[in-house]
Amino acid sequence: MKKNLIKILAAAGMAVLTMGALAGCGNSTAETTAAETKAAETTAGTTQTTTAAAATTTAKATADLKGSISMVGSTSMEKLATALSEVFMEKYPGVTVQAEFVGSGAGIEAVTNGAADIGNASRNLKDEEKAKGIVENIVAIDGIAVVTDPSNKVENLTKDQLIAIYNGTTTNWKDLGGADQPIVVIGRESGSGTRSAFEELLKLEDKCKYSNELDSTGAVMAKVASTPGSIGYVSLDVLDKTVKTLKLENTDPTPENIKAGSYFLSRPFVMATKGDISKQNDNVKALFDYIHSDEGKELVKSVGLIPAN
Amino acid sequence: MQSKSYSIFGGHGSKSGIEHAAEVIFTICGFFAVLAVASISIYMLTSGTPALFKVGILDILFGSVWKPDAAVPSFGILYVILTSIVGTALAILIGVPIGVMTSVFLAEVAPQKLANIVRPAVELLAGIPSVIYGLLGILILNPIMYDLELKIFKGSSTHQFTGGANLISAVLVLALMILPTVINISETALRSVPQHFRSASLALGATKIQTIFHVVIPAAKSGIITAIVLGTGRAIGEAMAISLVSGSSVNFPLPFHSVRFLTTAIVSEMSYASGLHKQVLFTIGLVLFVFIMMINVILNSLLKKGGDKNDK
Repeated sequence: MKKNLIKILAAAGMAVLTMGALAGCGNSTAETTAAETKAAETTAGTTQTTTAAAATTTAKATADLKGSISMVGSTSMEKLATALSEVFMEKYPGVTVQAEFVGSGAGIEAVTNGAADIGNASRNLKDEEKAKGIVENIVAIDGIAVVTDPSNKVENLTKDQLIAIYNGTTTNWKDLGGADQPIVVIGRESGSGTRSAFEELLKLEDKCKYSNELDSTGAVMAKVASTPGSIGYVSLDVLDKTVKTLKLENTDPTPENIKAGSYFLSRPFVMATKGDISKQNDNVKALFDYIHSDEGKELVKSVGLIPAN
Repeated sequence: MQSKSYSIFGGHGSKSGIEHAAEVIFTICGFFAVLAVASISIYMLTSGTPALFKVGILDILFGSVWKPDAAVPSFGILYVILTSIVGTALAILIGVPIGVMTSVFLAEVAPQKLANIVRPAVELLAGIPSVIYGLLGILILNPIMYDLELKIFKGSSTHQFTGGANLISAVLVLALMILPTVINISETALRSVPQHFRSASLALGATKIQTIFHVVIPAAKSGIITAIVLGTGRAIGEAMAISLVSGSSVNFPLPFHSVRFLTTAIVSEMSYASGLHKQVLFTIGLVLFVFIMMINVILNSLLKKGGDKNDK
């Protein structure tokens, strides 16, 4: 009787766990990553003990690194940081990477006062931050392209013109040297990283007047390609011939121009450390070695970014 | 050697055992639906209500500014609610007359051969996935609407051009999508009207059309109301198709505005939302849930009244 009760309890417990896992999928990504890292922590803990036990026999395994790396900062870098920590932990089972996403400023503050090993920032560091001994390690660059339908005659927009289009001041292409055709302003849904980057770079946070808010990059591309007079923004990696990519301030959105800093619709992804990378502990060094390796560059490309060097 | 025989007319013991087991299984199956409804209701209430109190019920339900990610976020879903009401009502206004007329055609007017062509087409319409309706809307409806928009608002400086993704497109797609539901159920209702009703009417000198409108349709009223209820349910709950054609900007529901429905509000922002924003999306789900419950209760009571009248 008691055994049965325990069995039922166990079954109920399992059910609750699966429900929790399912609910976890729907929950905010910050929470899931927290849960993931926690789970990873425990698995890493067990692997640590097993590797320690096996250490005598297999001597030095693939990775003799142990410990944890804490990474705090920008929510825009969540995709990159999560992908990076997952792959890195797979490669170095002894190391746990904990990533928190609280904002660029908070990330730099955390690394300044020693609460985190790495501070993620989706912007260049300020001078006063550098003065405190924080080193700006640019690991990737995020670029956004502005696209129109293929038949549009406008080739180039200035920053002010782009702002005027998106805040609803300019509503016709004829004011920008194009045909007499109304502008259909297309954007992404709120919460999208591309949208927040775009609005942040143009200082248009929540001032944009969209006529279409689409929920994926592909949808924006399709809508822009099929709607005469439309304008939209997408990340660089999805550009193709179905749309026309505009120059901004006479600069093409190429990786070279973005790295040179002449294309303004881009921002660096910084993983800041206190002091140079060479002064960090072995775990952090290994992480940066990984990012700068070819494999790491592929990872950066796979999340739609441009590798820094 | 005696061969073993298996029969449900076996011993008394096994017979009563089977009877008992079957009863238990049926009861469990019966309660499964109840359990599902109860757990969904509880889940919607528990996940949808916290944001209501955090943001304020009036601010959510009657606020017209939807800026969930602003520095000072604002979660007003008034326009979203209005869009769902207006969009569904218009879709019903367009879809129901066409649907009922089609079912009259199929059940009363059409020669057998013609009905055999139309009916499979209607059934096929019911089986088409909603995303296909959306794609057709993007490819066909939106460009037509954009041409219309360019003509109507030519030279207007205040109108924001949407490229054809507007309320009308969404309403037309919805009206098309509820057609099969309305047609199939009303046709069944019309067919179940006893033949002697028609005979009596015709014998009194009424024409065929008079018989249909004054005898057959009133007699099938409760079935047709069921068809409308189910059609309304499908229209208000549809997300995929209209998320492709409606433009998804939060605006007051005017014909040429890009609009966002309750369903598309959840679908479009769920993937990246976090914190309070996500909780508000659950609240939108709760609002949608309450709406569907209300429609069911109101129309069911209407239906019951109609049924009572018929019985007298």
